[in-house]
Amino acid sequence: MEIGYYPGCSGGGSGVEYKLSTLKTAEMFGIKLRELEDWNCCGATSAHNTNKLLSLALPARNLAIMEKMNLDTLLAPCAACYNRHRAVEVETKNDEALREKIQQAIDMEFSARTTTISILEWLVRDVGIEAIQNKVEKPLKGMKAACYYGCLLVRPTAHTGFDDPEQPNTMDQVMTALGAQAVDWPYKTECCGAALATSRPDIGSKIIYEVIRNAKDAGAECIVTACPLCMLNLDMRQAKVAKTMGVKLDMPIYYITEMVALAGGYTPNEIGVPRHFVEAMGYLNSLPEKAAALAAEEEAQKPKKAAKAAVSPGAGQADGAAEPAVDAEAVQKKIEAMLKGIQKSPDKIAARLIEDPERAKVLAELMAHDEKKSLKIAELMVTDKDKATKVADAFVTGELKKRDKA
Amino acid sequence: MKEAVTLIPMPGSAQAMIEQIEHEAHTNIKSCYQCGKCSAGCPVAFAMDYPPRQIIRLLQLDLVEEALKADSIWVCASCETCSARCPRNVDIASLMDAMRRKALAEGKVTDKKVAAFNEGFLGGVKNFGRSFEAGILLYHNLKTGQLFKDMELGLPMMQRGKVEVLPHKIKGSAQVKAIFDRVDKMGGE
Ligand code: SF4
Ligand code: SF4
Repeated sequence: MEIGYYPGCSGGGSGVEYKLSTLKTAEMFGIKLRELEDWNCCGATSAHNTNKLLSLALPARNLAIMEKMNLDTLLAPCAACYNRHRAVEVETKNDEALREKIQQAIDMEFSARTTTISILEWLVRDVGIEAIQNKVEKPLKGMKAACYYGCLLVRPTAHTGFDDPEQPNTMDQVMTALGAQAVDWPYKTECCGAALATSRPDIGSKIIYEVIRNAKDAGAECIVTACPLCMLNLDMRQAKVAKTMGVKLDMPIYYITEMVALAGGYTPNEIGVPRHFVEAMGYLNSLPEKAAALAAEEEAQKPKKAAKAAVSPGAGQADGAAEPAVDAEAVQKKIEAMLKGIQKSPDKIAARLIEDPERAKVLAELMAHDEKKSLKIAELMVTDKDKATKVADAFVTGELKKRDKA
Repeated sequence: MKEAVTLIPMPGSAQAMIEQIEHEAHTNIKSCYQCGKCSAGCPVAFAMDYPPRQIIRLLQLDLVEEALKADSIWVCASCETCSARCPRNVDIASLMDAMRRKALAEGKVTDKKVAAFNEGFLGGVKNFGRSFEAGILLYHNLKTGQLFKDMELGLPMMQRGKVEVLPHKIKGSAQVKAIFDRVDKMGGE
């Protein structure tokens, strides 16, 4: 199979790993990528911020070249390039006058009959999940990844449409096929801030931080992207963002094609992983250990689950807990003890949860009066301390609002 | 019911300008019922003077000058979240785009940094046919007087072979330049 290929400007610069791993991925599946001859920059956001016709004419020249080369399908791995070329195709499809105008602007014949596809469309629709699964030599077992789609792969909805704009899952499918765990997280389609990180770093840093923090909170140990601009912001700017926000982040970021190529047996060096800014080799090296731990855990669960099922057939659904009954009892006891502790000296427990003395005082008062809330806090203090802090904080915020109103 | 009277807006008046913006953005601001869904999902609303919903409100009230002067249009990252979610199909992102172009054309740019970035980016494309990352950063810094901005990127990028030392000039660079010139003459859209 042969398709057209548009590396985009970042392929020769900041996104060199994306290019290397895309080429290896194509090689894996025996797909020939024919680079467009003498292609030009798509103009990205800068063009459509400046002049609409220009933003259509620049990608149109590439599409016209494609028609000359007798290609129907164009793979544009960069999400922004994909989006801009797609925009021209969609807008000219039913607008003869616009097509003519563009033709005049580029002074080339342009019949608007090509289809530009994104890397995800290519992997899921053209290559296929099954084919990907069959090529896995080194499964990414043990990896916990947040699949990050960002803006341009799913929006504007009229241009994209190969995945759900609010809950996309094609990348999740690919990662799962490679053996990794794709975590559920809310920031899948949030913006990385795009060029704001350059033009308005005060704003850009916050946005980048929020994306990484959300992935972390959801339990992800790395973020996977299909966009060189997202990579630039999340990877190359991460150290600066961490410094600005006064936190430690250390979140490795990978391209989806790097993941496919690695699982397919290529080495990290071949696809440029050591060129990332945030150290990205260590996490890959730690995977075998994590995978072994995971396997051991699964093994350990098996007999227990079976035993439990044998004791109470059909009743397993309701409690749903993986812990054996004995542990559950111990936990229950701990929670009761904690609850007693709260009832005895709410201020002491509150101080353990909230630093700010005034807010801690509010929490103590709240717990003294509200048994349900105390129980919730006691439960979480035993099972998930981190969440207990967040819940306590939310309780206090709610209480303060109530008091404000009263 | 009385027949509606269509008033022809005075050229150069606020209404005429708003109609032009709506036309360019292919959207209708009168559809907006001010639910605020756009502002709720906007990743940069926290940094805007008027969040997206209020920008639309300004336009509905004919306060186009105020809207064009707003920081918001330059803070907007073109992420398209607002447009994807609007229950009334108002294409807010496209309005933001059209307003940026309008502000540029009218010389009313309040945030020079974003405009400088775009100018630097397109300057490279016009001359070489491709954008040139190192060049954009340099141009942006010179233009905005922040010589040492993004320094933390420069050296590590070079060490990792992520910088093209010279811009790549495509064979058809003259063609691309001609596209810029023709578009200029044809006047946008
Ligand atoms: S989401 Fe649409 S209808 Fe709601 S405020 Fe925004 S523009 Fe108006
Ligand atoms: S396109 Fe602009 S206004 Fe709309 S949600 Fe994104 S940043 Fe906000």
